[in-house]
Amino acid sequence: MSSRIEILNDGGYRSDGRRQYELRDITIDMTPQGSADGCASIAHGLTQVSVSVFGPREAKQRSQTLHDRAVLNVEVNVLPFSTGERRRRGRADRRILELAASIKATFEPVVQTTLYPRAQIDIFVSVQQQDGGLLPACINGTTLALAAAGVPLLDFVCAVSAGVHGAAALLDLSALEEGDLPHAAVAVLPRTKKVTLAALETRLHVDRFAEVFRLACDAGQTIHAEMRRAVRTRTQELVAAMGAGPRAGPGEHVDRDVAMDDDAADY
Amino acid sequence: MVEITIRKRPRTEAVVTQRKFFKKTARGKVIKVLRERYLRDDVTCGIEGCRVCSESSDATLPSSGSLDHSSYPDGHFVLPDTNVFLAQMDLMESPLFSPPIILLQTVMEEVRHRSLPLYNRLKALVKADDKQIWVFYNEYRSETAVIREEGETPNDRNDRGIRKATSWYNSHISITRPPVKGQPNRPLPTVVLLTDDVANRQKAEKEGIACISVRKYVEASKDSGKLSDLLSAPGSDNIEPTRAAGARQVLYPDYLPMSTLIAGVKAGQLHQGHFNANQYNYLEGNVPVSAFEKPILLIGRENMNRAVQGDVVVVEVFDPKEWKAPADEVVDQETTLKNDDADDSEEEVEDEEGITERKVMQSEASIRSLSAKQPTGRIVGIIKRNWRSYVCHIESTSLMSSNPTSLSQQTVFATPVSRLLPRIRMRTRQAPTLLGQKILVTIDRWDATSRYPDGHFVRALGRAESKEAEQESLLLEYDVPYRPFGKAILDCLPSEGDAWVVPPKADAVPEWKDREDLRGLIICSIDPPGCQDIDDALHARPLPNGNIEAGVHIADVSHFVHPDTPMDNEAAARGSTVYLVDKRIDMLPSLLGTNLCSLRPHVERLAFSVIWELTPEADIVNVRFTKSVIASKSAFTYDEAQVRKDDPNLNDDLTKSIRLLNSLAQKLKAGRMAAGALNLASPEVKIHLDSAESSDPIDVEQKVLKETNSLVEEFMLLANISVAQKIQETFPQTAVLRRHLPPPPTNFEKLKDILQKRKGMTLDVSSSGALAASLDQCVDLEEPAFNTLVRIMTTRCMLSAEYFCSGSVARDTFGHYGLASPIYTHFTSPIRRYADVLAHRQLAAAINFSPLHATLHSKSHIERVLEIVNRRHRMAQMAGRASVEFYVGLALKSRSEKETVIEDAFVIRTFRNGLGVFVSKLGIEGLVMFKREIQFDADNYTISVPSASGAESTTIAVFDKVRVQIEVEKDKNTQRGKVKMTLVSPIDSRAL
Ligand SMILES: [Zn+2]
Repeated sequence: MSSRIEILNDGGYRSDGRRQYELRDITIDMTPQGSADGCASIAHGLTQVSVSVFGPREAKQRSQTLHDRAVLNVEVNVLPFSTGERRRRGRADRRILELAASIKATFEPVVQTTLYPRAQIDIFVSVQQQDGGLLPACINGTTLALAAAGVPLLDFVCAVSAGVHGAAALLDLSALEEGDLPHAAVAVLPRTKKVTLAALETRLHVDRFAEVFRLACDAGQTIHAEMRRAVRTRTQELVAAMGAGPRAGPGEHVDRDVAMDDDAADY
Repeated sequence: MVEITIRKRPRTEAVVTQRKFFKKTARGKVIKVLRERYLRDDVTCGIEGCRVCSESSDATLPSSGSLDHSSYPDGHFVLPDTNVFLAQMDLMESPLFSPPIILLQTVMEEVRHRSLPLYNRLKALVKADDKQIWVFYNEYRSETAVIREEGETPNDRNDRGIRKATSWYNSHISITRPPVKGQPNRPLPTVVLLTDDVANRQKAEKEGIACISVRKYVEASKDSGKLSDLLSAPGSDNIEPTRAAGARQVLYPDYLPMSTLIAGVKAGQLHQGHFNANQYNYLEGNVPVSAFEKPILLIGRENMNRAVQGDVVVVEVFDPKEWKAPADEVVDQETTLKNDDADDSEEEVEDEEGITERKVMQSEASIRSLSAKQPTGRIVGIIKRNWRSYVCHIESTSLMSSNPTSLSQQTVFATPVSRLLPRIRMRTRQAPTLLGQKILVTIDRWDATSRYPDGHFVRALGRAESKEAEQESLLLEYDVPYRPFGKAILDCLPSEGDAWVVPPKADAVPEWKDREDLRGLIICSIDPPGCQDIDDALHARPLPNGNIEAGVHIADVSHFVHPDTPMDNEAAARGSTVYLVDKRIDMLPSLLGTNLCSLRPHVERLAFSVIWELTPEADIVNVRFTKSVIASKSAFTYDEAQVRKDDPNLNDDLTKSIRLLNSLAQKLKAGRMAAGALNLASPEVKIHLDSAESSDPIDVEQKVLKETNSLVEEFMLLANISVAQKIQETFPQTAVLRRHLPPPPTNFEKLKDILQKRKGMTLDVSSSGALAASLDQCVDLEEPAFNTLVRIMTTRCMLSAEYFCSGSVARDTFGHYGLASPIYTHFTSPIRRYADVLAHRQLAAAINFSPLHATLHSKSHIERVLEIVNRRHRMAQMAGRASVEFYVGLALKSRSEKETVIEDAFVIRTFRNGLGVFVSKLGIEGLVMFKREIQFDADNYTISVPSASGAESTTIAVFDKVRVQIEVEKDKNTQRGKVKMTLVSPIDSRAL
């Protein structure tokens, strides 16, 4: 009985002790895993997602290549125990395909695919635990994994969910809140302040949407700062591991990340 | 830009803050539930001047606590546990109980889970101006949060959390007030845990926490005498702990466990519904359920099994062989049980009263009519109690000692004013002083061993029959919020106060933005005499193309009342203005209602206008909506407008406008009637008060409707329909509309049968149009009032109209049955109805005048608000009617002191031992009781009274016109006036 839980109480606290505009804890781990070119595990509260990026590399299937740019291939795997109801979702499950399509659509305008004609970039998303804000977590994880893999991006993509409770807007909803409120997921490019995704899960009036949307854009900046910090930490680790300043090889993407940092610092 | 932060959660906290657990759903699936909690250090203690909690500007607790309690000379704060609020809410609400209270989140949430009505009272209490309550969110503060340990019950966990918070407070106080060198150590106030749980107190004492029971706390406080009456009846185990439980006679069957009830209802073996008591017979009640067309009849105390009016109950239906018709007898609790002793009724194995009751039941059973059988059953469990405080009188006969100085505790009976409720047993030390007063009593519990529910005294309202006490008891009985408006609400009014005027027209003035200047139009208002809150005004003028422009101008309340402000929330909670005969309880502060919003003549006012172009046949060519500024030219009463319209010597613009409106209204009405609208009637009378000071009613008069009443009504209906169409078009999911569902045909069965048998008339209820037509045929040429009576009785078979949110119900159920309109809303009285305020906001957004507030996009929010408004609306109507009834009673009383009051009446019901009659001149119903045996024919709705000689008998049937003598006699027991009717003609019943 979710109606027995107060979404926002008179003291201004949400059911998990946060206030309206407080985001959940974000933990980022960018340690390389296996043979992937870039890896990132991200946790938004209790939602946990890890993303591995392979490529850019030669396409496995010739028929799917494009002569002028690289192809993004997104596959999502939702672990059966990640959600409340234990349920095995096949790769062809409609919801999973939709999730993959949203991620792909979000990154297609951001990844500089034209630099790698006839290549393929594989993004494997694994959902380990779900407690609301799944799509934003997948997007943020993908941004970090792409950055780690050295794939050139026009900008970071930072996503967050937001919902409306009565007259109050709430940021970064938990599963409990998502079940009760109309909400949207918004992905922004912090540098250009462009929006690459706005996914509405439930009916929301256009006036209300505008407000929620603006708020989510602002929250994107906060998340960006957190992601930048993680990338910088990872960079410093790499630099330290190599014992010296930037060199050839992995240094290439390290540089780009730092550059992106500076640009973003204008905001 | 608002500050957006990430709530960081230290890794080490994860054990406390994250929870994964498995839950089994109703369908048997196992679900993993993830929850996390963020602990913080910025949850404030609420004590004024606390040096640690920075944002204590809104703190409500005085820094030294309360110094009024003898046990805590150094000052104290009270921290009650959950059960204190569950069991002793009346104490908590009493203005005499005023220590600073710390309310824990844990306690709030537990109350919420246990009882929503109590939770709502608790929330109101937190907001009350005269209380010092601070809600401490202990579950979110890192030092006070607790997690359930293995093997610990939720209850124990909560108790531990409450103790932890208490000791945190005490140490917080000592940390934040370190001793200052050179100054004497100031004693620190104590935070006292208030709990009636003995085990919890023992644990607390062990942990060094100050704690006390409610009774002990109250006994040592200032107003202990008055406060201790407010304590609820203690549970049976601690009243007389010495008496063995087995010694008590079990009078009622036990309830089944909740799980059995729910399973049984799901399986269709048991049925769930609201319990309705029978106002004529206290030994009978019924429960309407969806599985049966007729409600399930409950006969006798055991079968009603401690249900109280309004409770949600579960019923087991008996075998059809045992189905019976309702009793045709009037059984009065006061007379049948007059000898029952409040103090010992629960012990006697088979007391006299039980036997009397049984006799009544047996004699009844033998003669129950066979024709109208309905399912019978018994109550096997209660889903939800709907107990509240009831207005009662103390029964003088139940007092042991009426010595006015006696302060001994006595057990007495309190009889509720409402006939639908059982008498309540309560213990009080103030019994003698409460005699003859109206008092408020709450039911606490009803044990299987007790014939009556146990309750406790809440407060006295004043001498019975005094206008103040009657007025307040009426407001309480119908749950009308009547407190004066608080400061926060009054702060929402324009700062200019009554000096506010529409500013001069200019481009930059916000009031004039997007407003049409209609000051030049010949607009007037037509209302009942003495109307101060003028919601609506009208105009009409011919157009060059031969059509007519007509306009309805409604007070622009939404200009002053902004969404989600204290004033708006209060108006939503009140729902409606309540009109009593001698008092008006406003929905909005009177500065708005009777002045700034009121469309008074000769001043400029803001309005929301609906303007039509109509053909001379009153067909709509087009309609537009606009915010406007108007200047009404005159405020007429219905009579004045009528006279002006009919005066052939007057030919000014205003008069012409009224005539034009009138001719259109007639055509509109004809159109509505042709479409099948009903012309219903309710027994409305008007009370004339001769002067404001004495307010003694001098006359009761039946309301006469003039042509001009109908004029205003037609245009208001038209405006409401036009607005409904517009907002439904723009906001299909959330438009605030009003509908009237067609009544189920079974509602009319009895009335149809009576009409057929007694008058040979047929009522066709297949559609509203057919009903309207057949009602027109129900005419008794010798008895013009007969048709009105039939209309009144028809109205009682109807369902009531209700507000709803357009996205919440199926599109084909939008219709308004009575008005025969496919869509309808309320737009025309925003000063006195909250639904109209919502409609105004939606219309303003629909015409792009202003954006719609967030809450009005939310279906669930609108549903919530409308549910309250619907309830308030119903209650307001009933309160208004009850107020009229009270004054009719007063009028009768003063008349009967001068003369014998004899009036015409219609018989509307027949009983085995009496008649139900309706006196249309006074708009009241009454009972004529026969003491002697009479013959009763239930199938033909007649009674026969043998004449004194026994040779011939007089037959009286439903719809017969009789003459009754009406007296008001004072009930010796309850000290209230009771209308008593006796038959004068065709026979004299006084001897019978
Ligand atoms: Zn403090």
